[in-house]
Amino acid sequence: MTVTNSFTWMIGGPQGSGINSVAENFAKACIRGGLHIFANIEYHSNIKGEHSYYRLRVESKAPRSHVDWIDLLVALDRETIFGDMNKPHPTHRGHRHEVSPGGGIIYDRSLNLTPDSFGRDDIKLFPIPYMDLLVEALKEFGKDKELSKYQVMVNTIALGASLGLADYDFDLATEAIREGFTGRKAALGDLNVSAAKRGYDYAKTSFGEDAFPIKLRKQPLSGKRMMIRGVQAVAIAKLKAGCGFQTYYPITPATDESEYLESHQKEYNMIVVQAEDEIAAINMATGAAHAGLRSSTSTSGPGFSLMAEGLGWAGITEAPGPVVILYQRAGPATGLPTRTEQADLRFALHAAHGEFPRIIIAPGDVVETYYDTFDAFNYAEHYQVPVILLTDKFLASTYQDIPLFNSDDLKVDRGDLLKESDLVASTDYRRYRWTELGISPRAIPGQKGGIFWTTGDEHDEHGHITEASDIRIKMMRKRMRKIELAGEVIPDSKKAILHGPKSAPVTLVGWGSSKGAILDGMEDLKTDGIETNFLQVRYVNPFPTNLVQQALGQARRKIAIENNYSAQMAGLIREKTGIAMDNTIVKFDGRPFSQNEIYEGVKDIIKNGIKEVTVSHA
Amino acid sequence: MLELKTYRTQVHNDWCPGCGDFGIVNAIQMTLLEMQLEPHRVAIFSGIGCSGKTPHFVNAYGFHTLHGRVLPIATGARLSNPGLTVVAVGGDGDGLGIGAGHFVNTGRRNLDFTYVLYDNGVYGLTKGQASPTLPKGVKTKSMPAPAIIERVNPIAMAVASGYTFVARSYALDVRHLKQTLRAAIEHRGSAFVDVLQTCPTYNDINTKEWYGGEDLPVKAPRLYKLEDSGYNGVVADPSTDEVNTKKGNALVKSFEWGDKIPIGVFFKMEVPTFEDQLALRMPALKDKPFVEQDIYNRDIAPLLDELT
Repeated sequence: MTVTNSFTWMIGGPQGSGINSVAENFAKACIRGGLHIFANIEYHSNIKGEHSYYRLRVESKAPRSHVDWIDLLVALDRETIFGDMNKPHPTHRGHRHEVSPGGGIIYDRSLNLTPDSFGRDDIKLFPIPYMDLLVEALKEFGKDKELSKYQVMVNTIALGASLGLADYDFDLATEAIREGFTGRKAALGDLNVSAAKRGYDYAKTSFGEDAFPIKLRKQPLSGKRMMIRGVQAVAIAKLKAGCGFQTYYPITPATDESEYLESHQKEYNMIVVQAEDEIAAINMATGAAHAGLRSSTSTSGPGFSLMAEGLGWAGITEAPGPVVILYQRAGPATGLPTRTEQADLRFALHAAHGEFPRIIIAPGDVVETYYDTFDAFNYAEHYQVPVILLTDKFLASTYQDIPLFNSDDLKVDRGDLLKESDLVASTDYRRYRWTELGISPRAIPGQKGGIFWTTGDEHDEHGHITEASDIRIKMMRKRMRKIELAGEVIPDSKKAILHGPKSAPVTLVGWGSSKGAILDGMEDLKTDGIETNFLQVRYVNPFPTNLVQQALGQARRKIAIENNYSAQMAGLIREKTGIAMDNTIVKFDGRPFSQNEIYEGVKDIIKNGIKEVTVSHA
Repeated sequence: MLELKTYRTQVHNDWCPGCGDFGIVNAIQMTLLEMQLEPHRVAIFSGIGCSGKTPHFVNAYGFHTLHGRVLPIATGARLSNPGLTVVAVGGDGDGLGIGAGHFVNTGRRNLDFTYVLYDNGVYGLTKGQASPTLPKGVKTKSMPAPAIIERVNPIAMAVASGYTFVARSYALDVRHLKQTLRAAIEHRGSAFVDVLQTCPTYNDINTKEWYGGEDLPVKAPRLYKLEDSGYNGVVADPSTDEVNTKKGNALVKSFEWGDKIPIGVFFKMEVPTFEDQLALRMPALKDKPFVEQDIYNRDIAPLLDELT
């Protein structure tokens, strides 16, 4: 039976073998042909040599998650198929077990693998003479003497072979490949196209048109679409929001965002500083915010741990920012440095000693990431608080195709910012003036009449140190009032979303990047006769208490789904609303939830009566 | 009209009587007056400790930051708002203990600002523990036993880290201090001033009398001025080997400590600042700082198109 336009492809190989570029070219070619993609990468903390893989899901309707099976596996090395079980400290069993029945594996013919060695009689094998085809392509361009230099191009041959087996339009791939090589490198583009074409033709002629059961066919384009991942959505939102100052210390997976900004700083006028550590990164950003620029810093858990102290200073000094982007990864300490997790919810909520207001937003996908990042800058200046955007490695590095962002409704709100003309006449400007709402009009250093003091000590309205108990009480109330205010002003529709029917026998509860897998998993459950709805909590602070209470108060079976060990959001919901979850589905092996894991997890609970389910990539 | 009181606040000063900090804050105010810098064009940043209270006593934008973090916060403010004259102050524990990493890396950047180190060898506000500049073997009155680790050399560290103006002065010689601070503020680039200072409450070793050399066989002040000794730390041509020679001279000089202690300018060199380098990358910075530009209506359409 032939299937059209529903396909999961994976390319695996040693780190440094160029799997990213071919996977992204494949994805681009699909999007140009009106198809929709979801593409995520898993890699080791290593520069060259360790196993990494890129998974590309292609569908006729936009997928919001990945699935764990593979229809076509491209192995650039033996380990991708068989794993590293022969090593003293093995880490994986390879991907041959994940290939769906009827699916196939593309691999290097020169590995001389016998069909038996795969241990599967229900899959198809597509040995390709990678090197022979590459040499042919190099000969065409007179470069066959430089084989070692171009060896990495076997990935392009494998891409071509994949396209051939799926019988996809080769011209779309040509276009995608060429775009990667512009200007003086254009000749390399031609060479890569030639290599891909050889793989394409070889697959078609050697294995025949019907060798592989899944075909990809162009469909009409549904408007202009971008292929974008979380770090790009964050960065573009920062530029849109008028962020003028970004700091960072190199850390996976946050650095890509800062590098993106630095590469565009000339056109967009943004100062990007690589700091000596995350302590400096957050404090520089806070200094910049106080001095008048919208500022931001981006990091992951280890860096955020160092930022705790600076976050407190931003809090007590009512700095108008920074916006801190926290890309969670599996911790603690170094943990699984290149893998994902949602285990910093409690930490983001409580980081730094003492009590002070902070806003924490956890976007569920790349679109929400854009709008939430934009809002974060408005909140930072309006409420004069640090804002944390709580996202993760999975969302940071996963590509989706989406329509272009519509920014028509995005308006910069700089809050109660004074002009020099408001200040020149003043003789007694008070940076921390008592106001009913807790927000004091803000001057910018350099303004005449706006001189103020700010301190991490408790302070009076002028910003001078005080230990007076009555002022302490007033100041604490002033600061904490702001988070109450934010809770009142920010619309509920932003803070939490109930997806699906208003009422359902099963209510799934989640937050952040698992949104896509939950939504896709719900469709599978529905097909199977299990009706669900899904409460997505998007604001961690101010917490949408009323909305969550409404959504869960009447819910029959409540299942928390979280990418952490202890179901942190479930705990927070119980703290805020008194409502306890009936079940949990957690995953804490550093890998994101797949669509099928959501389905299987819920089934385990409903059909098998398991109370707490742990799903795992293994 | 600007006068000395323009730079003063009414905030109650709770430093100990006779504290060297008074000399430093007075010198800062006198320097600002002498330079005719309007208070609203100046921002004073401090860390934590006795010295941390400095900004509250100066009528200028004041940032009392975290222990050891004065330099990053000052850096962020200075870069985003380069119209400000930025003076950062902090104790030796603040700058060379908990903030040592920032001290080194801020020097590397050659930001156009001034950093004044209140160097008295003790952690005063926590009641007299040994600070990074207290020499090995010394025991001040509140220490249970003498220090058993080596001191750091602030001048040598500053030169090695890349500060392009490195000087030392003395809190009780307000005239010399004022002259040094002025040179530091006028310097284009990262200026570091190590201010030797007495702590009458906890440092009973490096006292006013000790600096005055009253314990020496032939009573004579320990401090002498580099410029009086024929020393010249100014690099005339930064494109030559003179840089290394002068840095070497400064390092050697910086280890002079004991009966004779040099004060004055150890090293000075004019090279492009961090701000200059940023303006090369972003020409718009040459016109005016981003804080005065409209960066709130950027056109992101080309970035979105790039992703299609």
